[in-house]
Amino acid sequence: MEDNIVLTMRGICMTFPGVKALDNVDFTLRKGEIHALMGENGAGKSTLIKCLTGINDFEAGEIRVNGIEGPVKNHSTLDAQKVGISTVYQEVNLCPNLSVAENLYIGREPMTPFHTIDRRTMNKKADELCKRLDIKVDVTQNLENYSLALQQMIAIARAVDMDCKALILDEPTSSLDDSEVEKLFKMMLQLKEQGVGIVFVTHFLEQVYAVCDRITVLRNGTLVGEYPVAELPRVKLVAAMMGKDFDDLASIKPEGFGVDKDAPLEISARGLSHKGTIKPFDLDIHKGEVIGLTGLLGSGRSELARSIYGADKAQTGTLKVEGKEAKINQPIDAMHMGMGLLPDDRKAEGIIGDLSVRENIILALQAKRGVFKQLPRAKQEEIADRYIDLLQIKTASRETPIKQLSGGNQQKAILARWLATDPNFLILDEPTRGIDVGTKTEIQKLIIQLASEGKSIMFISSEIEEMLRTCNRMAVLRDGAKVGELDGELTQERVMAAIAGGAENAQ
Amino acid sequence: MKKPANALKPHKSMNSNTLLLYITIVLFILLYAAGCLVYGDRGFTNLQTFLNLFRTNAGLICVACGITCVMLTGGIDISVGSLVALDCMLLAYGMSVWGLSAPVMILIVLAVGLVFGLVQGICVGYLQIQPFIVTMAGLFFARGMVSVISTEQLAITADVNQTFYDMASFRISLPFGGTVNRAGKVILPYIGIGVVIALVVLVLVFLMLRYTKFGRSLYAVGGNEQSAAMMGLDVKRTKLKAYVLCSLLCSIGGICYCMNTMMASTTQATGMEMDAISSAVIGGTLLTGGVGNVIGTLFGVLINGTISTIVLTNGKLASSWPNILTAVLLCFFIVLQSIFARLKEKNK
Amino acid sequence: MLNKKKLTQQQLFLPIVCVLLVLAVNIVYDVVQGRDFYDFFKIGIENGLLSGRIISILNRGSEVAILSIGMTLVVSASAGTDISVGSVMSLSASFCVMLIAGFGVSSVSSPDEFAMPMVVGLLGALLMGVLCGAFNGTLVAYLNIQPMVATLILWSAGRAIGLLLCNNLIVYIRVPEFGLFGGYVGPIPTPIIIAAACILVVTVLLKKTALGMYIQSVGINKKASRIAGLNSQRIIFLCYVLCGLCAGIAGIVASSRITSADSNNIGLDMEMDAILAVALGGNSLAGGRFNLAGSIIGAYTIQAITTTMYNLGVPSAVSPVFKAVIVILIVAIQAPPLKAWFKRLSASKALAGKEVANG
Repeated sequence: MEDNIVLTMRGICMTFPGVKALDNVDFTLRKGEIHALMGENGAGKSTLIKCLTGINDFEAGEIRVNGIEGPVKNHSTLDAQKVGISTVYQEVNLCPNLSVAENLYIGREPMTPFHTIDRRTMNKKADELCKRLDIKVDVTQNLENYSLALQQMIAIARAVDMDCKALILDEPTSSLDDSEVEKLFKMMLQLKEQGVGIVFVTHFLEQVYAVCDRITVLRNGTLVGEYPVAELPRVKLVAAMMGKDFDDLASIKPEGFGVDKDAPLEISARGLSHKGTIKPFDLDIHKGEVIGLTGLLGSGRSELARSIYGADKAQTGTLKVEGKEAKINQPIDAMHMGMGLLPDDRKAEGIIGDLSVRENIILALQAKRGVFKQLPRAKQEEIADRYIDLLQIKTASRETPIKQLSGGNQQKAILARWLATDPNFLILDEPTRGIDVGTKTEIQKLIIQLASEGKSIMFISSEIEEMLRTCNRMAVLRDGAKVGELDGELTQERVMAAIAGGAENAQ
Repeated sequence: MKKPANALKPHKSMNSNTLLLYITIVLFILLYAAGCLVYGDRGFTNLQTFLNLFRTNAGLICVACGITCVMLTGGIDISVGSLVALDCMLLAYGMSVWGLSAPVMILIVLAVGLVFGLVQGICVGYLQIQPFIVTMAGLFFARGMVSVISTEQLAITADVNQTFYDMASFRISLPFGGTVNRAGKVILPYIGIGVVIALVVLVLVFLMLRYTKFGRSLYAVGGNEQSAAMMGLDVKRTKLKAYVLCSLLCSIGGICYCMNTMMASTTQATGMEMDAISSAVIGGTLLTGGVGNVIGTLFGVLINGTISTIVLTNGKLASSWPNILTAVLLCFFIVLQSIFARLKEKNK
Repeated sequence: MLNKKKLTQQQLFLPIVCVLLVLAVNIVYDVVQGRDFYDFFKIGIENGLLSGRIISILNRGSEVAILSIGMTLVVSASAGTDISVGSVMSLSASFCVMLIAGFGVSSVSSPDEFAMPMVVGLLGALLMGVLCGAFNGTLVAYLNIQPMVATLILWSAGRAIGLLLCNNLIVYIRVPEFGLFGGYVGPIPTPIIIAAACILVVTVLLKKTALGMYIQSVGINKKASRIAGLNSQRIIFLCYVLCGLCAGIAGIVASSRITSADSNNIGLDMEMDAILAVALGGNSLAGGRFNLAGSIIGAYTIQAITTTMYNLGVPSAVSPVFKAVIVILIVAIQAPPLKAWFKRLSASKALAGKEVANG
């Protein structure tokens, strides 16, 4: 192995039930570089990192680490630490109730001759470590007294002090503000000077160009390529992440499927916001319109939708539904106004795993009717059967627990749940993620059909071509704020330029 | 929520956890002062009354220390009261019926505590069963075992076992603070061996929690189990050890308790789990784990003891009042904790 | 092999096996004692009242059966148990008797001495149950306190408050009308009728409204339920209120049986029986899917165990030991680490089998 290389991953393959999560992926980390790992949802970034740190068990391929003979296979994060690979996650994995020094040294505290913890030495060492890395903290204070940024840095300090060669930062900046990010960067550059190889996973383009030397892009579990930063301008990076080539499916939009500016307004939001996730935004949605929310992961596209639906109650602003002011405190209020939300995290917020397909399909309709007006069993079965048939949900029977279905069929069942409520305004957050191409097209067609029936659809997706095919208008989000709208002729270039934003937008 | 850039400095202001402890200490002082004011004429101001708080609650102090350790990991142990009853019954029955000597019986009682804790610890730590279910089964098991041994009320008199009797009635007098009785004789305030044991336990647990790896891993596990595991701590083992320690301390507490009551019965120490849990919670131990220490717990015990003493000194109040007041206090502190937790969440 | 697996995965597998086990023990014991092997099943009429061991089990098991209804709902919706049910039973009974007899009265022997009509007392008991349930529900649903910690408060305070209401006395109401609820209607023991009525009402409620689905949905995935328009907090709260109401009803039955309110003994250890009933019924104590029929069979099974142990000469104070062991065994079998271990074991066995076949 070359001396300047910290670790290499070659031909890594990994399958989750029904999905090829990683297909023959290579990755190389060199000494003293900051290497960005980029990709949209489901691209395989986190899976790749989990293979590296021993959380996931990969099926094929090998990992080699500098200074170690033969391939390395980690079985836990502890194994990984032993070969010099440390990870710092977005969620700080430290104990908030212990002091900074303890968090740095727990499990390997300096001991006195009486087998007790030598607090003085520990504090001194911790203080030295923090000073060296320019972290200004009082190491005897509890960790929870410090901001997330400092906690993040302390986590990094812990990793660094354990003699790490490769430091993986998994979206460390997503909950930090600008000045905090800057401090973190300073620290990263300092570590880079010391020869540590850093893998930086993020979805903020600005940050990639601010500190990184090299970018590896993944898409749908495959390697798109490895590029030096200078050779990959923003727009190209977005293209690499979101897919440049149209697939050969013909346009499914019918003729004259455009914005009808005269159509009455379904939704009119003014100054809606949710603290910490989405800044105040205005948005109008006409009847019979498919509006796409575009932007990178973490740009606030889901959050915008959730604040309209009341999943995260909007703290400011007003919302009018069909011209009438709506007070939405929780989802059921939105449902009574004719809304529906298909959340992006299917497992956490979509399916009720142990309930049957039938129950999952009628749940929202039943909730809308109220507890005492139970749908008769025959009616329930009729509805379930209708949608199983209509959406071609593959299930052993309508009484099968939904958790036994494949991801795509689960998604269809959740879609059926909302279609059953006959909504006027349906929010679809990543409805096609992790679904095969055929089903994707079906769902896209369905969206257009619903719109032509006069319903309004809000469509969120990581794949631009999918949005181009279905939307007649797009709202662009960046860093938790709505930054613009695109209508008229929607093209890949325009959308990407808008998403990428920044200085290159003008070029 | 994102903090401004100057968040580099820690909030030096008091955090909610120390606040809870201060509330407890102030509450104790107020309660005791109120007792002195109202019942000063009935000996409430005597030093001995204060020492009696320790004498009657020596067992509870040990038990509460144990439960604090378990609660630090985010667990709970409601079997403690029954285990204390089982220990008392074993001691009394062993010495009176089997005729074994006091040291042997004390060793047996400690061994029972060890095994009991081991089983509960394996269930909680390694089988990952909810602590409440495990220890509730433990509660009924131990209480049932008391009846299996004997359903009678057994007294430990000097005839039963001289050594134990002497140990229990041994008085350690303080050289000051005496009162003069009617006959003009000075009576010095005193404590018993139980108090000494309890205080030693208290100090040892305090030191253990602060200065040993095991002590700190209890906090780590309670603070964030997943993080603790990621930082290389053996979470399962830590939990197992916590339950073993708790049951062992219960056994020690049971011996202290027995020295105080000098008898055993099937209904003994009922509700002690409640006193112990409320002492810990009142003393600032979070039910969610990770925060608390035995100093707070001691004040919790003292508050509970003061309430009982006041009710007892009054003489007219129903005997169930201490139970109700303990529960009310527990409820108050639990709700307080919940509100603090919510505020903390909001500030983030 | 396949059939066997299916059988053990049936939800009612566990309770039915237990029932069969208890039956077997009884039959063996009867035969050993020289009685008919079907002695257990004999139903006779003595003094115009139904008698027999089955009737006795159904009768004595009524309180547990009623409690297990509420407990099932609580477990399903909140993945925690309500350990205050026994104390709430006692508190409701004390309140009921206190209302009827008047505060501080230790005994009444005719309706003329009633401080208030009996109906007021009974409604009072139910109200007290509901209030206690609401208290627990508020702590759990709205203040996010762990269910068992929240219910711990009433678990310990309930009896103490009951004692206070009864002025530290065991209050007797020696009036036949009051004894009716623990006695007989015609030849049939009233508790059986009350339990059957409760079961019927709740079954109808679950069948005719969407409540059952709501509760399970919230218990399985709170977040997803909220997005689908359910008010999780209100549903959990409601479950605790229902559980409190069940405890109130059980309290009336228990105090009517002894025509008195004995705060220290009514409902003693009942929380254990109720939780055991739910676990025995094949319900996971981790919440989610529930099976009410299972819980009820579980409840009567527990009573059968208690009665059988009593018949075998085991002192009643000892039975908690056995029940504790059974609970731990049942829960341990369902514990994920053990399940995973079994899976690995059978997988490696299958693998070994394959290798043998291949080799």
